[in-house]
Order: sequence, then C-alpha cells, then structure tokens
Amino acid sequence: MASQHSLERPLKVRTAFHQAKWDEELIFELHKPGEVGVAVAPAEQGVAAAVPGLAALPAPLLRAQAPALPEVGQMRVLKHFLRLSQQTLGADFTVDIGQGTCTMKYSPKINDVLASSPKMARLHPLQDERTVQGILRIMHELDLYLREISGLDAFSMQPASGSAAILGMVSIIQAYHASRGEAHRDEIITTIFSHPSDAAAAAVKGYKVITLMQGEDGLPTVEDLKKAVGPRTAGLLITNPEDTGIFNPQIQAFTRLVHEAGGLCGYDQANLNGIMGITRAKEAGFDLCFFNLHKTFSTPHGCGGPAGGALGVVQKLRPFLPKPVVVKAEGEEGEGCRYRLDFDLPHSIGKLRAFWGTAQVQLRAYAWIRALGAEGIKEAAEIAVLNNNYLLKKITRIKGASAPYAAGRRRIEQVRYSWEQLHRDTGVTTEDIAVRMADYGMHLWSSHHPFIVPQPFTIEPTESYSREELDEYVGVLEQISREAYGDPGTVKTAPHRSVCHHIHHDDFDDPKRWAITWRLYQRKHLPEA
Amino acid sequence: MTVQARRAHPYIPNSEPGVKAAMLAAVGAGSMDDLYGDIPEALRFRGKLNLPEAIPAEAQLKRTIERMLAKNTSCEEAVSFLGAGCYNHYVPAICDEITRRSEFLTAYAGEPYEDFGRFQALWEYESLMAELLDMDICNVPTFDWFQAAATSLRMAGRYTGRPVALVAGSISPDRLAAIRNYCEPVMQLELLAWDLKTGQLDLAHLKAQLTGQVAAVYFENPGYLGCLETQGQAIADLAHGNGSLLVVGTDPNALGILAPPSQYGADIVCGDIHTLGNHMHFGGGMGGFIATRDEEKLVMEYPSRLFGISRTDVPGEYGFGDVAYDRTSFAHREQGKEFVGTASALHGIAAAVYLSLMGPVGMRDLGLHILQKAQYLAQALGALPGVKAPALDAPFYKELLVDFSSTGRTVAEINEALLKEHIFGGKDLSTEFPGLGQSALWAVTELVSQEDIDRTIAALRAILGGN
Repeated sequence: MASQHSLERPLKVRTAFHQAKWDEELIFELHKPGEVGVAVAPAEQGVAAAVPGLAALPAPLLRAQAPALPEVGQMRVLKHFLRLSQQTLGADFTVDIGQGTCTMKYSPKINDVLASSPKMARLHPLQDERTVQGILRIMHELDLYLREISGLDAFSMQPASGSAAILGMVSIIQAYHASRGEAHRDEIITTIFSHPSDAAAAAVKGYKVITLMQGEDGLPTVEDLKKAVGPRTAGLLITNPEDTGIFNPQIQAFTRLVHEAGGLCGYDQANLNGIMGITRAKEAGFDLCFFNLHKTFSTPHGCGGPAGGALGVVQKLRPFLPKPVVVKAEGEEGEGCRYRLDFDLPHSIGKLRAFWGTAQVQLRAYAWIRALGAEGIKEAAEIAVLNNNYLLKKITRIKGASAPYAAGRRRIEQVRYSWEQLHRDTGVTTEDIAVRMADYGMHLWSSHHPFIVPQPFTIEPTESYSREELDEYVGVLEQISREAYGDPGTVKTAPHRSVCHHIHHDDFDDPKRWAITWRLYQRKHLPEA
Repeated sequence: MTVQARRAHPYIPNSEPGVKAAMLAAVGAGSMDDLYGDIPEALRFRGKLNLPEAIPAEAQLKRTIERMLAKNTSCEEAVSFLGAGCYNHYVPAICDEITRRSEFLTAYAGEPYEDFGRFQALWEYESLMAELLDMDICNVPTFDWFQAAATSLRMAGRYTGRPVALVAGSISPDRLAAIRNYCEPVMQLELLAWDLKTGQLDLAHLKAQLTGQVAAVYFENPGYLGCLETQGQAIADLAHGNGSLLVVGTDPNALGILAPPSQYGADIVCGDIHTLGNHMHFGGGMGGFIATRDEEKLVMEYPSRLFGISRTDVPGEYGFGDVAYDRTSFAHREQGKEFVGTASALHGIAAAVYLSLMGPVGMRDLGLHILQKAQYLAQALGALPGVKAPALDAPFYKELLVDFSSTGRTVAEINEALLKEHIFGGKDLSTEFPGLGQSALWAVTELVSQEDIDRTIAALRAILGGN
C-alpha cells in the first residue's frame, strides 16, 4: 500500500493512443440532389386549401432561389456528426486539467438527464407563472444558495457566461454612479492576471482601463493600487486567487482603498472552486461578484456554451440588477408557496440576455449543489486545492518546468507554470508541447495573453480526478519533457496521432485566402467550382 | 467481501479518507488548513453554509428534482401560441442525439489537434448559415439575438467611425433594453417612428434622422409585432446613400421561403438560431448569429470567434483554426474588439445538424407550412366577433398581432380562460405597447395542428360569447 501512496510509483502513459480519424468529408461534399434528412409534414389539407399561402406575400419578400444547403439522407447526416463528435476530445474522455482557469470538473450525467426532460426543455419563457412553478422554485433556491456561498444579498441568473456577468457588473457600477450624479468616474481598475474580459467588458462600457501588473510574488501590490485609485475610479474588477493560483491576502485592503475613493468592487469569481465555503466575497469587502455555473457548479461546457454567469450584489445594488429576478410570493413558506418573476427593480440596467437566462444550466447547477450539500461543497473545494498542491509538487520536479512566483507557498485551485527553462534548453515551446499532448489523448492550454509568465501553461485539477489520473497527466508531461530533451524534433513536428497533421496557419490571417465558410472556400480555393 | 465503511462522494474520488491522508502527507501538509495559509483568518468562513442536506444518491436526487419539475406544464401538455422571440418548433431526434454526445457536450476550448470535430462542426455551422442567409461569413454563435444585434451595431459604429444607431421603434422593449445597455454610452440609439396601422417603418422620419453621425439603421424582418417589412430595399438605399450600414435582424427559420435580408441590401444580418433545432428551455435555448460579406474591414470588426478551413502538411487533408485571432479580447484584452468568451456553441452545432437534415426542401416545406398555419389562425381569429387579426395591415410569417379591444375583454381575462382549457394564449402586449390597446402576439409553429386551432377558436368563441 505504501508504494501506491508514494510520489515515485511508475506512471501510466498511453503511448498507443491514437485519435479517431475518419477522414470524413465536409457536409457539403455529401450533397446528393433529392436526398433529405427529415421530412416536414405539409399543413393539413383543410388549412392549405383555406389560405393564400405564398401569394399573400409581395414578391420582393419571397426567396427567389433556394439556399444551397446540402441534401443528405438522415443516416448519413447522423453518421457525419457522430464522426465529428468522435474527433472531439470531450472532458468525459480525458483528464481535462490542462485548461486552467476553466474548472473542467465532472458534469454529472444525471443533471443532463434532468435538463433534457420535456418539463424543462419544452417550457416557453412566457408561460403563465402557475405553469412553471417547478423551474421558478429551482431558480429562486439557486439564488438563495449562491447568496450563502458569497455572503452577498441577491443574484441575477440572467448573464449567459462569465463575460456577460462581467459586463453586468460593469453596467451596474456605471448605473450606480450615474444615479448618484457621479458619472464622471470613468476608470476601471483590474489586474493582469484577471480574465481578459474584466478589461474588455469595461472598455465596452466606455471605461478607461487601468491594469495593475504583478509584483514580485505574482500579486498586484497595494502601492500600485494606491497610485491608480482616485476620484475618477468607478470600480475594481479583480480575480482572487489570481490566475496564478495565489490568493491575495491583502484583498481587504484593496476593497477598502477602492471604497474610500468612492468606487465599487466587483469580484471575478471564475476562480471560486478552491474557496467555496472557505472564504466569501462579503468578508473580503466586495459589492458585486459572479460565479460561473459552467465551471464551479459543474454544468457542461458545450464546446463553448450555453453557460451561466450568476451575478451577485449587495442589497444597495439590488435595484440595479437586470430584470426580472425570481421571488417567493409574500408571506408564503413551505411546499405550497408560490414563485413569481419580479420586475420591480427601479434602477435596473435592463436586460443582459433574452428572457431569464439559461434555465437548463441553472437547473444543472442546482442539482449539483443539492447532491453535495454544505459539507460536500467545502470538501470539493478542499480536495481541489489538495489535488492542485499535489500536482504542484510533482510538476515542479519535471525537468524544464517551474512555477514562477511565491516559491514555497501553497496555491489554491490552479497554478500557472512555465516551460521557460525547457524552452531555453531545447527550443521547444509551450505551444509545441500543447500540440504533442494531443498525441497522448490529453489537452494542455498555454494561458491567456499576454504571456507574463514565459512559456506558460495553467493546470487546474478540480476535485473530479483520482490521484491515479492526476499521476497519469503528470506522466504525460514528464514523457514530453523527456522527448524535448532527448528528441525535440518529435515534439516540434507533432501531432503524430491526431485527426490531422500540422495545420497551415498562413491562410487564417490573409484576407485573400481565409475561408470562414464553404462558399468562401469554393471561391478562393476551388476556382474551378 | 466486506464493504469499507469510509467512502468518498461519487463526484470526489480523492475524498476517500485514506487517499486524502496520503496526499496531504505527500504535500507535507498536516491538515487542509495548512493549504489555506494565505487566507487571513479574518476572511475565513468558519460557519457551515446554510444549504439543504446533501443528496449523494443519484436515484434520490433524480426523484427530488423530478418532483419539482412535475409542477411545470410543458408545451407538450398544452397548445401554445406563445412566441415573442421563443418558439415551440420541432427538434429532430438527431439534433438531440448529437448535442447530448459526451464529446460535444463536455468539450470546451481545445485546439484543432484534439478538438478537430468541434472546429469542423462549427465551421460547417458558419457555412450552412452563410448559405441560408446568402452571405459570405457567419460567426461562431454569440449569446442570443440581443447580443448579436448589439454587437452588429457596435461593429457598424467602428466600421463607419460614427456614434449613432437608428432603431425601428417597433422592436421588442426587452431586446431594446439589452442593446441599449450594451451600446451606451459609447454609441447612442435613436428610435425610428413606425406606422401604427401597418407596422412599417416611417421612411420620412428615417430620412429626417439620417445625419452624418449615423452608423447604422436597424430593423427586424419579421418584426417583433409579426409584421414583415416591405420597404427593405428603400431603407437600404436611404441608409447607403447616407454612408450608413443597414443591419437587419431576422428569424432564420423563415428563410426557406422569405428572401434573406442580404438580397434587399443588408450589410450585417443578425438573429437567433434557437429556431434551428434547439429547444426552448424556458428561454435558455437562444443563440445569436452575425453575418456579413467578406470585406476585410468589416471582418476585422467581429469580436467573435471565426473558424476557418485550411490545409495541413498532408495533401488533401483539411485543417481548421481561428481566422484573424488578433482581433479578439483573448489576444489583446481591452484593445480587442468588445469581448469574446463562452457563448452558445452547442446551439450552433444543433443548428448545423438541423440545416443538414432539412436541406433546401425541408426549409421550404417548413416555411410554407408555418406561413399557411399562421394565415389559417389569422382568418379564424379574425372571424370572431370583435377580434381583429391581424391587427396590423402587413404581411406576416408565423406571428401576428391580435387586437381584442372590441371584445370588451382584456387579454389577461381571455388568456386566463384559455389556460383552463390547457391553451397558452399569445403574449399580452397591453403593457409593452399600450397604444395598441388590448392586443396580444399570437404565434404558431409546425407543431400547432389545425385541430388545435379549431379547438382554440371554439374555446375563444365560448369565452367571448359569454361576455
């Protein structure tokens, strides 16, 4: 038993792995005139005979030429997209810890089953409230749970992603200052290790963005904040722990300084997973925060959405939330109580998304919280942190890898590592390694730009993976490090066991050659067509 | 065998006490608290979160939540005439089959070397949409029509270097609120007058508003009130004559029979792909698209991912990747175009499957079916005493304004009575558009049968006759 618990046991690496490679056509190449994938019933005879149909429409409104969509039989369409799915490395198939900051935890299948129930999938958002009490209750109770986890006072589930929630925070900050006659506040402060959207969404709302760079320990400094903050400060948007995985112990000083200058503080809690039930937005002094339901709360990432960004605020900002929020009918408690949509938010920023947000995502997040309860949520955070520090120990032993900043300190849920030494020694880059990972059925992401950490990669294990799987991932990193030092050509010419070989990127930045669609591909690359 | 008393949560394998202890030892920590040494005690939450007891057993969790969902009445269990931006269309089984695949459902942000299928599927989505819209380029999906319209206007603002967008005043107030929040204060929106009798844009007002500050003119076709705008080309000519772009929002579900807006001069077309193979999900099934011509200056204003097709080292092999990635906030934070991130990619894959299944014939059959159904509904409603349908004198596709003012009943009363018959009447517009009296937006899809309509009309006759 002891050897199994040792850091030194032999690691499995799937050297025989090869991705599915169907050599599948483009859907347009499957076109066979006359085939069709689904038949659409005509309107009933009694309907068609009674109405003018197309004759009621003025000619310029009618489509003169049918769209050049491919005509393909049903089974072939199915096969085509099944093959494409097999050529996609979903998190369910791999040890998906190489996409740090994105909390690629297990998305429980039962939650997908529940979300695809007709009682969820086939609800219209404008149905009478009495016919949607189940989903309204779920949305309301999710709000209550997130209040508990954040310590803040009200949540809107409307934002459809983290970036949308950031936009929501910035919009509320702007509306709040405008409501107090302080529209002159035109600066938002953020940090370089906070998500790019903290800066970008602020710019969308017309703010000047001030970005604090990292100090020696990887954290923004109080001194830099003091220089940045002032009468023009509208607010602070900050991640903590930052994308380095280092928790900023001065976070209260940050929020205090911004408050003293009259600004509001928005907590980007994309990195919540290691601190759920451990520390909260409220105690850190934040006025707003958001959680990614598709990260921390387990809902599947769907190739990039649908997702959910739950936006929380303190009481004084509740009137600014997007409309509506779900409330319980006055004075009612227990099983029989009623839930309704409340549009009475006098300073509301309006709408961030159609209707009430991604309800199917909210349902999954709700189910995940119910499955874990208070102790399970805290345990998820703790194990995520334990897994991360376990990896920190192992990855920093890999030749050529390091974890810049804060040497000897613990990290929270992720670490931004560096291949700087390996790159210097071998010429192999972090992008080369990311490609080579695919040959072993693994994914590695470099990091958000700009690359402050040289040759970066960001690992976030979450609580979902067993120690053996974490070891397997480390084993692949070790394998590639060995390759880089012994046979760098193999790494630099990867992939070798992927769906495709090295892709030519010159077309993607050349307006004369880029082919964003089939029709452009035909026009630019198949001149004979 | 004996079953161990200690056990882990099913979602947290390393919560097994022996493993946890061994891992703590491996990292040299005495306790979990050692790992949180950077968090000051003043920030530590030492209480227990006030959450319901855990339900680790899946069967129990399923039953608990299904009991809650049982309080919902789905559109499978009723006849629904609700629309207003969300529609109860049929979703082919293969759309569900593909979007529930673990590979697509749980993938996220890989590169083409491990997510080749995701890139190809979304590139095919872009391509299929381009054919349907008759435009060169379509983006990887954004959140929804709201976002797509707002971004289209911001793109027009940057393209023209002008700060004002003119928006047809008949737009949905919710959509307008979202566009306003997204555009202001960088761009200003001005509403254009429209004819309360026909739903058409007021061209004279448009002419008067077209100044050198106007970046874009935006209208929707079909419009929120169901009307088809018949002056598309005239609006385009006025906008272009002023150096402004024409941005048109549309329902792609209609484009098997309706002319795509590019054919009457739209420079940017936007809308929602929810109507292409995605479930309603209480309004969560939305996904936005933006389409343009292939003009470098315009393409460089997209904030979204744009996937392109390319070659590889092996002749005849396709590769995919990001086109002009340097535009994005991923590359340049606040210097990028707006922001990019997680949006509605899976809904785009569903739309790709849907359009592949439907083909040109399916889209035409669908459009014709829905058009005829809506006309039948309009005739039947219009034959009821005191009911005006359509209330606006304009062609329509699947949705129409119905005016109940002369029945002496409010829309709320009528819908209340219909609900007792398991019929969801159209959206009450009396608050959003008080100038239209007791009016409602009624929509049909291919899932509303003639029998459903006949039964609804009979119910309405009884309700209104009882006045």
